[in-house]
Amino acid sequence: MTTSHFLLMALFALFVSLVFAILLRDDPREQLKTGGMMFAGFVVAEFVLGWLLFAFPL
Amino acid sequence: MGTKSTTAERPRAAAELGRLTLVCVLAWLIPGAGHLLQGRRGKGLVFLVALPLMFAIGLWLQGRLFPLELSDPLVFLGAIANRGIGAPYFIARLLDVGAGTVTDASYEYGNTFLMTAGLLNFLVMLDAFDVAQGRK
Repeated sequence: MTTSHFLLMALFALFVSLVFAILLRDDPREQLKTGGMMFAGFVVAEFVLGWLLFAFPL
Repeated sequence: MGTKSTTAERPRAAAELGRLTLVCVLAWLIPGAGHLLQGRRGKGLVFLVALPLMFAIGLWLQGRLFPLELSDPLVFLGAIANRGIGAPYFIARLLDVGAGTVTDASYEYGNTFLMTAGLLNFLVMLDAFDVAQGRK
């Protein structure tokens, strides 16, 4: 099965952010804000870790 | 001064315990059911769709449903996480899926999706318990 690592990680981040935002906040606007921030954090971490692994291959 | 429960309070406490147990068991078995049962329809519906979908994606990515093996602690913990999703786990076992293809590039992603879906459902169950207790 050919799948993009980036897309799979982004999909994982989407699910986790969605569930945490809904668990932690009650107001829809707050849920959107928290979920968005969390998702953005995951995606930024993906890029940073990706580049670190590129520089230091295992 | 000690507090003694009256005869009227005892059945009420038993009913409360029964209700809490029902909420927790249902919340574990069907993701989101604990919230739906308590009138939190929006949250319940999102959990009902998102968590089984995450679990299904884990299976599609060739993830493995781990056996309960005490001899290997990491496999045992993975097995507990897998079972956290409730009914979808048992349906997957009945359909004989989740054997896992270790040579597949997405195998570890599949495992991560499967285990995280179960662990998130444990958190959802605890949240439903808090709602039932009146803490939220």
